[in-house]
Amino acid sequence: MLEIKNLHVKLEEEDKVILKGVNLTVETGKVHAIMGPNGSGKSTLSYVLSGRDGYEVTDGSAVMDGEELLEMEPEERAAAGLFLAFQYPVEIPGVGNMTFLRTAVNAQRKARGEEEMSAGEFLKFVREKAKALKIDAEMLKRPVNVGFSGGEKKRNEILQMAVLEPKMCILDETDSGLDVDAMKLVADGVNALRSEGRSFLVITHYQRLLDHIVPDVVHIMADGRIVKTGGPELALEVEKNGYADLLAEVM
Amino acid sequence: MALAQAKRAATEARLEGLSLPASGAWLAQARGAALARLSEMGLPGRRDEYWRWTDPTTLAAAEAPAAALFDDGGERPAFDKIDRVTLVFVDGVFDAAASDDPAAAEVEITRLAEAGAQDIHWAKDLYGALEARGQAPVARPFAALNTAIATDGVLIRATGKAAKPVSLVYRHASETSDAILHHCVKLEEGAELTLLESGPGAARFSTVLEVEVGDGAAFHHIRTQGRDHERRVAAHLFARLGAESRFKTFTLTANGVLTRNETVVELTGDDSVAHIAGAAMGDGGFHHDDTVFITHDAERCESRQVFKKVLMNGAEGIFQGKILVKPGAQKTDGYQISQSLLLDERSQFLAKPELEIYADDVQCSHGSTSGAIDETALYYLRSRGVPERAAQALLVQAFLAQTIEEIEDEALSEDIRTRLEAWLARRLG
Ligand SMILES: Nc1ncnc2c1ncn2[C@@H]1O[C@H](COP(=O)(O)OP(=O)(O)OP(=O)(O)O)[C@@H](O)[C@H]1O
Ligand SMILES: [Mg+2]
Repeated sequence: MLEIKNLHVKLEEEDKVILKGVNLTVETGKVHAIMGPNGSGKSTLSYVLSGRDGYEVTDGSAVMDGEELLEMEPEERAAAGLFLAFQYPVEIPGVGNMTFLRTAVNAQRKARGEEEMSAGEFLKFVREKAKALKIDAEMLKRPVNVGFSGGEKKRNEILQMAVLEPKMCILDETDSGLDVDAMKLVADGVNALRSEGRSFLVITHYQRLLDHIVPDVVHIMADGRIVKTGGPELALEVEKNGYADLLAEVM
Repeated sequence: MALAQAKRAATEARLEGLSLPASGAWLAQARGAALARLSEMGLPGRRDEYWRWTDPTTLAAAEAPAAALFDDGGERPAFDKIDRVTLVFVDGVFDAAASDDPAAAEVEITRLAEAGAQDIHWAKDLYGALEARGQAPVARPFAALNTAIATDGVLIRATGKAAKPVSLVYRHASETSDAILHHCVKLEEGAELTLLESGPGAARFSTVLEVEVGDGAAFHHIRTQGRDHERRVAAHLFARLGAESRFKTFTLTANGVLTRNETVVELTGDDSVAHIAGAAMGDGGFHHDDTVFITHDAERCESRQVFKKVLMNGAEGIFQGKILVKPGAQKTDGYQISQSLLLDERSQFLAKPELEIYADDVQCSHGSTSGAIDETALYYLRSRGVPERAAQALLVQAFLAQTIEEIEDEALSEDIRTRLEAWLARRLG
């Protein structure tokens, strides 16, 4: 599904190198988790994959289903099936959540040569998904993320994911800021989307989320590289002992 | 004070060859008084503080600069789905054949061109009267010029709720037309009227609208200023509000090389409300100036100014807005916001918000911002699959939404929203 090779990234404005040769392959239908200390480059990796400005790729590639992501515009990546649930979802005053969702879905459908959904059809579709995430009609009417609590913003990200039905989902610390019940809701939302054709890359600091969304593979990222890869037990090890021993071992 | 020689010469040049339109006694008197006001003030020049950011030269020139006619590509006209009484002016000349029967509005409507001969007592007290009051503390010479030489316009008086909106449609047919229209609206106690204005009007177009809103009356005004790129407009709106009255005006401007919209509102009755809003969108050779002066002269009144401009490819936006709270106008609630969204670095927005307050128990706020499109929001939208231009259009619409929310009537706000979206789709589609 996603094959990242030797990815080197620096900031466009300064000479600061953040990713120093990331190698990572996510197979179709699998859930991979990335853990790693603060500042190790996890969010940067997700931004670069989704096409955010401000970064310069100096080497390497990221191929999704045979297509080079790094050469595509952000909207093309989305239409190709990439989705990033942001660590810090953006507020957009004046744009209604529902309008935003419908515009996004129809833009992607159009880009893929599919028929657009009618307003009525769409409303029903979204309401169902929203209900499962306990997002009420009022929140759908409000401007995107404006005045949402931290947890509401994260649930709204998962709603977008559920509605857009991407094939490669990246979740950047979707669990942070969630209470226990909301975490369960979000995990259920993700699990409901797990399927043979869909892959996940879950960035998190906590084993807790991985109790609900059980990963197939766990990677540890440090200083801009994937330094260790293993099974779910790797996450348990981090939870128990922190990163010190792990990093001492690989460095 | 003696007028500077240059100013006097410019004013005389403008008036050269013009004579006051033939009118009956009362109107001739009002026109003569306006002409005297004008002679005293002189037409504005570049040095006038009030015209610091907008060059009045082409508005003051003896001849109107030519303006090419605009091919709107068969775009549907403004307000075409609204059930209204349409009165059409072509280059400032009334077109009876293209107009509806005014009687259908169920209010008194008289053409200015025919009013002079009649003794319309209410118009006598209004024509040029609010304009004259509006000349202090800041002179508005183009309005006085208009009062003196306007060739036509409508005089509307309502005693109850009008059956339909009155819609003034201004067509532009000649590339060198120079039109001057003057309208008066008198709303008696409890009356209600919606006035619509649309179209470019002429190559150079001057309008004055004087509105007297009686106690408990309500006036709604929606205006779209036409899309002819080279047209020039100086529009003045003078209003005086009685107790518990409501006054709401909204203007959508798209294109136009020069627009100066002056709005002068006096809240003279307690508990009255005035909302003044405008959305302007300019691409390239576009200079748009909103100049507003609100005077609070009664208790517990509310005034609200909401102006937003979207500027691209070197377009210029100006906002000069003042709230004056007179002694004794306690519990005044005054709000003013002016903002611009600059889609590139060549475009610019200049704003001069002013508050002058002589009462102690008031609440007034003002704010002005100017900025580029929010890159983070743009990226967020794009990351969800919305193409860049469509994402920009969505953010521009979001930016202007607050102004359109000022329009109470759903059908009218929908009409405006559709026009705005179409304009954006052509630019950012
Ligand atoms: N735009 C930027 N300007 C300056 N420094 C940046 C920028 N973007 C990222 N960095 C730096 O790059 C490093 C990696 O940041 P990144 O956000 O990717 O870390 P992270 O692994 O997601 O951390 P966390 O676990 O705290 O979310 C950090 O040192 C960060 O300060
Ligand atoms: Mg991060």
